[in-house]
Amino acid sequence: MDFNFTEEQGMVRDGLSRLVREQYGFEQRRKAIASSEGWRPEVWAQLAELGILGMPFSEADGGFGGGAVDAMVIMEEFGKGLVIEPFLPTVVCAGGFLKHGGTAAQKEEHIGGIVAGSCVFAFAYAEPKGRYDYADLETTAKKDGAGYVLNGHKAVVIGAPWASHLIVTARTGGERRDRSGVSVFVLAKDTAGVTTRDYVTVDGRRASEVYFENVSVPAEALIGAEGEGLALIELVTDEAIAALCAEACGAMKVAHAMTVEYSRQRKQFGVPIGSFQVLQHRMVDMYTAYEQAVSLTYLATLRLGSDEVERKKAVSAAKVGVGQAARLIGQEAVQIHGGNGVTDEYAIGHYFKRLTIFDSEFGNVDHHLKRHVALS
Amino acid sequence: MNLEFTPEEQAFREEVRTFIAENYPKHLADFGMREDMVREDFLAWHKVLGQKGWSVPAWPVEYGGTGWTPTQRYIWSEENARVNALMPLPFGVSMVGPVIYTFGNEEQKARHLPGIRSGEVWWCQGYSEPGAGSDLASLKTTAVRDGDHYVINGQKTWTTLAQHADWGFFLCRTDPTAKAQEGISFILIDMKTPGVEVKPIKLLDGGYEVNETWLTDVRVPVENLVGVENKGWTYAKFLLAHERSGIAGVARSKRGVEKLREIATHETLDGAPLIKDFDFAKKVSQLEIDLAALEITELRTLAGEQAGKGPGPESSILKIKGTEIQQRLTELTLEAVGTYSAPYMGGVSNDNGSNEHPVGPDYAAHAAATYFNMRKTSIYGGSNEIQRNIITKMILGL
Repeated sequence: MDFNFTEEQGMVRDGLSRLVREQYGFEQRRKAIASSEGWRPEVWAQLAELGILGMPFSEADGGFGGGAVDAMVIMEEFGKGLVIEPFLPTVVCAGGFLKHGGTAAQKEEHIGGIVAGSCVFAFAYAEPKGRYDYADLETTAKKDGAGYVLNGHKAVVIGAPWASHLIVTARTGGERRDRSGVSVFVLAKDTAGVTTRDYVTVDGRRASEVYFENVSVPAEALIGAEGEGLALIELVTDEAIAALCAEACGAMKVAHAMTVEYSRQRKQFGVPIGSFQVLQHRMVDMYTAYEQAVSLTYLATLRLGSDEVERKKAVSAAKVGVGQAARLIGQEAVQIHGGNGVTDEYAIGHYFKRLTIFDSEFGNVDHHLKRHVALS
Repeated sequence: MNLEFTPEEQAFREEVRTFIAENYPKHLADFGMREDMVREDFLAWHKVLGQKGWSVPAWPVEYGGTGWTPTQRYIWSEENARVNALMPLPFGVSMVGPVIYTFGNEEQKARHLPGIRSGEVWWCQGYSEPGAGSDLASLKTTAVRDGDHYVINGQKTWTTLAQHADWGFFLCRTDPTAKAQEGISFILIDMKTPGVEVKPIKLLDGGYEVNETWLTDVRVPVENLVGVENKGWTYAKFLLAHERSGIAGVARSKRGVEKLREIATHETLDGAPLIKDFDFAKKVSQLEIDLAALEITELRTLAGEQAGKGPGPESSILKIKGTEIQQRLTELTLEAVGTYSAPYMGGVSNDNGSNEHPVGPDYAAHAAATYFNMRKTSIYGGSNEIQRNIITKMILGL
């Protein structure tokens, strides 16, 4: 049992922390979000240069041999700066599918591009009526000769406007919500028949509704075995949840620190509001919730390689606990900032928005509490 | 970073599990949270561990500690919790012991540490007073120097299990003119000294575990002063931080959740086991999640201690969350037993000499008493509100 980070992980943290400090000032981030692209490919290039995009891939696959703990370190730093670049969909999700389910040829084709920063992925799994059930799919992939034809509508695909490639889940057999019959595909976004409606998300990212109309893909687009994709999706999304939790921890840490600092500066009744016990204890409860969230994030991250039940329970525990902490810390941070907390001018509101949307990604608190009960 | 146990740690687990199975007193098996015990019951396991050299694992090796790593100590507490072992009481082992080996002189170490290790000497804590609870530094008990003695007068309260105690450690005011925190001394008192009187306080669950301790012209030799006169507040705070670090009770709460699940399997709702009811199961899962978080938080704190940091203000988090979870556990157990929570079956800390079979299921007999009893946990050891004050000052820097 060991809770220390390696020297390399410490270096990654320091390097990223510097990059976030230099590139992610409040105004810099605002400008990037407001630009027509909505992100900064030059920051992406810097991440590639620093080796961040190749961190969680094995050396054999062209990466730097890191793992889930490295992803956690990276995502926590991203959370501190509210980084919008699509590390999670590209490296954690697409990277995860390729690592765990990809053929040698698929890895060969895509991982190099991810590591170099030339390929950006989005993960199209959610559907308008599917809520958080990865098997509740209306999108279909019908066998057509050696390949498949995709039809359907994917909802809120984060990072899709920036993506060169998509990972798509679709039903190749069985009935809606059946555990079997779910398959995973990788394709270029400019494949004929793929259209998108792009938009801004409330937390400053970009996403798309993605429509598939008779989109032909070759047999080589299938990741893993046909109809048996659900277990792979659950594994990769569990990895994504652990990484997201780390991001939320980073954001909570900053939101809490900002709030404490604000309470030190802001004076009412002639004294700093941080001298009021009613606010002190609320900030302590935020701090405690944050520390407990960090612990659950460690637990989920370190259990990703455990057997399936243990892994899922730890991941759901984290998504519940971190989700509750994110709600508490976000709301309390705004409250203690008073009127300033609800303005666009103060950074705290932007942390609040990110922490709010976090809950809806890959299953909210209720969903994961339910999954925890089912596994207990 | 990893959560795996090394082969050596797994071997250690086997070793302690076997030792516990072979040596834990049979009549105290599955002790739970009940304390309806006589003095010898409380000391039975302590004495076995004393002989084995395992009664004070966290102490420095030179004073009899085991030199176990934090992971080994974690394994040790898990294995004891598996059988619900009645562990050595904290007053000697985790409170006054560390104060004596840290601040006491050689003579005090030689005189007192062996009895704490072996379980021969029972200690109690004289901190709170009727007018000094959370505001402990306002305590009024005085110790006035008279030749080579202190003459001590005052009233202490909430002295846990003082009815069995041989010795007590007391905070007394030695300089009435100094600022509140600065005139306090840490003094050891033989409970058989004339003028020491212990009176029971009955608790709302019906049990007897705390007392009022009256001190009237108690003459204590000056060599019983620990450390420096008027510096007792420093030692008192040191002790409280030590007390808090063991207070999370994670392993015991884990066992408690298992028991709760068992109870909820026997109890029925709408013709099905209660645990199959989603509303109830959800509450149990939430508790398990909070507990899983606390377990890692405690392990992170232990790892920090191993890296050379003493128990710091982070231990206040363990106190707050640990006691919230313990209370929630008793609350859900009370809910689970349903109507059989009502019959009065005696307090947690005494069995009223009754050998009667409980009215309802065995597991229901003490559910309410335990629930009532455990309300103390967020009040003692520095109330949870005081813990928040500590975090405010020491961690938030406000």
